[in-house]
Amino acid sequence: MLRQLEGSKAIAETVALCRPEVVCAYPISPQTHIIEAIGVKVKDGSLAPCEYINVESEFAAMSVSIGASAAGARAYTATASQGLLFMIEAVYNAAGLGLPIVMTLANRAIGAPINIWNDHSDAMAVRDSGWIQLFAETNQEAADLHVQAFRLAEELSVPVMVCMDGFILTHAVEGVDLMDQDTVDRFLPSYEPRQVLDPDDPVSIGAMVGPEAFEEVRYLAHLRQLDALDYIPVIAEEFTALTGRPSGGLIHPYRAEDADTIVVALGSVLGTIKDAVDHLRDGGERVGVLGITSFRPFPIEAVRVALANATRVIVVEKAFSLGMGGVLATDVSMATLGSSAVLTTVIAGLGGRPIAQHSIESMIGQAIRGELETLTFLDLDEGIIERERARMARTRRSGPFAENVLRDLRHNREDRS
Amino acid sequence: MSEQRVHFYQVGSFAVGNRLLSADDRTVQSSPHRTNSIDSGHRACQGCGEALGARYALDAAMRATNGQLLAVNATGCLEVFSTPYPETSWRIPWLHSLFGNAPAVATGVAAAMRVKGRSDVRVIGQAGDGGTVDIGFGTLSGMFERNDDVLFICYDNEGYMNTGVQRSAATPPAARTATTDVVGAEPGNGFGQGKDLPRIAMAHDIPYVATATVADLHDLERKVERAMSFRGARYLHVFVPCPLGWGSASNDTIHLARLAKETGLFPVFEAEHGVVTNVSRIRRLAPVEEYLKLQRRYAHLFGAKGRPDIVARLQAIADANIARYGLAPERGELDNREDA
Repeated sequence: MLRQLEGSKAIAETVALCRPEVVCAYPISPQTHIIEAIGVKVKDGSLAPCEYINVESEFAAMSVSIGASAAGARAYTATASQGLLFMIEAVYNAAGLGLPIVMTLANRAIGAPINIWNDHSDAMAVRDSGWIQLFAETNQEAADLHVQAFRLAEELSVPVMVCMDGFILTHAVEGVDLMDQDTVDRFLPSYEPRQVLDPDDPVSIGAMVGPEAFEEVRYLAHLRQLDALDYIPVIAEEFTALTGRPSGGLIHPYRAEDADTIVVALGSVLGTIKDAVDHLRDGGERVGVLGITSFRPFPIEAVRVALANATRVIVVEKAFSLGMGGVLATDVSMATLGSSAVLTTVIAGLGGRPIAQHSIESMIGQAIRGELETLTFLDLDEGIIERERARMARTRRSGPFAENVLRDLRHNREDRS
Repeated sequence: MSEQRVHFYQVGSFAVGNRLLSADDRTVQSSPHRTNSIDSGHRACQGCGEALGARYALDAAMRATNGQLLAVNATGCLEVFSTPYPETSWRIPWLHSLFGNAPAVATGVAAAMRVKGRSDVRVIGQAGDGGTVDIGFGTLSGMFERNDDVLFICYDNEGYMNTGVQRSAATPPAARTATTDVVGAEPGNGFGQGKDLPRIAMAHDIPYVATATVADLHDLERKVERAMSFRGARYLHVFVPCPLGWGSASNDTIHLARLAKETGLFPVFEAEHGVVTNVSRIRRLAPVEEYLKLQRRYAHLFGAKGRPDIVARLQAIADANIARYGLAPERGELDNREDA
């Protein structure tokens, strides 16, 4: 049944339907509404049996999840940004131990400068951790991906992170078709662990592994990620058969079959890009979109096929690797190796900066005219940059640069008024 | 009928008592039915106090829980020497995650048991002093504060021994470590720093806090059993000498543990809900020199260039402990006496 719901509420409702047995809660915007809503369900008894644990940090949230999962319980938590970084040692550990924890990542920028708004820097920081990372385009897909995430995680013994854009999705109220308990139960069997702490069958989990076997153990973890490339489409199809909704899978192409120019992106910005593409198509441009749902494992073959006929590929990213450029673009370039397509990277939407349809359209226009630089920062205020660079050249103690930029920005506005 | 408490002094150890005690009073460890939770063949150093303490504590916990025990381990010596790939010494279910998160992982294991209705299965978390008082302190305090059903055991050898003997917040003043070397005006570790974790644990008002040493293994076993009679967060701080890190003879491990208690440097006591309920009084009061001189980490305090001033400050710490916990030997302690 379609309901008008805040994204966080839709996630909380859906996670509850997945019957998590241990849920850890530590507040950080913009994921807080999710764990708050689950907390109510545990406290009023509508989600039972479930242990809801208010922990003292994100590091503890992931650590408690590790213990719960290793002891055979279905474990869930949610975080964002600094919280993900604070738990990062445990994030790697959960994957290394092969524990099928599911976590919502309400994508948010990483400081400094501190910034609570959306971008993908947090998800990129744990790109190599061994977690499966699925990116949702809409709140409907975010909700559906959680159900698939538990199935995927438990089938493969790999933790899964569902990435949804902070505020843009978590705080947006839109129509979401929530599943019912019976449908979820049919899709998601109870958790049967591959390894478990059991007094009747004692095992040691987390032993030290030296050079004689470390490579093999890591390679096995890599193979499980590759297995996920096969399994993700299977469960997405099964999910579609059950619900009628095309949620999940590896990639979402849109008007890409005959496109000369294809824009690749992750998450909710795909909606804006699709609008831009529709508008440009109306003007006769052959443009299309490729949404990446499974960022890790990266579906290199599916991406290669989807981009095979494009002459221009534009990767729009809400994060970047300082001193290098695009993160997603680097992966896409591996998929287009040997192709003659021109690949450009556009960094956009950092720290919650709006990505406007007209900016996307103008950027695509530049690409089509061959005017788009290999690495472009969308809507960058060059004047502000030059002013701070000049200040730094002029005086040694130029001061904290973020604050300088804010001051310059205020002056610019006052000058204009 | 009055009963007489008998002390066995002939070998300077309570352990000898087993042969002469009734079956009920013997240690778990003396029983052929002990579980060998941590089995022989591990890679601990000769004379390792931690290996001894863990063996007694876990076998006692296994008996107290009728074998329904799950153990979580922090990174550290105990983890490394017990699980050299591809071997393991653990005959009980055992999970190692990270250095600083063992209390939180134990919370998760306990939550899983609760949600599955397995109230019979109990959980132990364990770490060295670094994993407890330093890097694991936040998660430990969180576990205490929530009163999660976990017994957390700290095996305290007063430093980061696994990484090559560096200072922890449990390293005592004046002790030499690789990061508090014996140079400068204040050789060794500084005074006035460090964390007294048993007292911090008590401040959380958790049901049970106790300290023990590997010199009194009966007492250690009894405290583990006592801890297992409570639900909620419990903390056991076990003093475990480290021949490698302390520069002591391997065969002095038990002797040093006893001297730590007999000098007053390591108070042995129990507390329930934040209140001290029992102290192990000193039997034969020893000056701190007797304890310090057996360890190379204090060698700079003695000899021609010795520092009697620093020894006096360490004695003052011992004296303060004796006063705080009422550890002074009773008059006529060496006589037979009525059991308290």
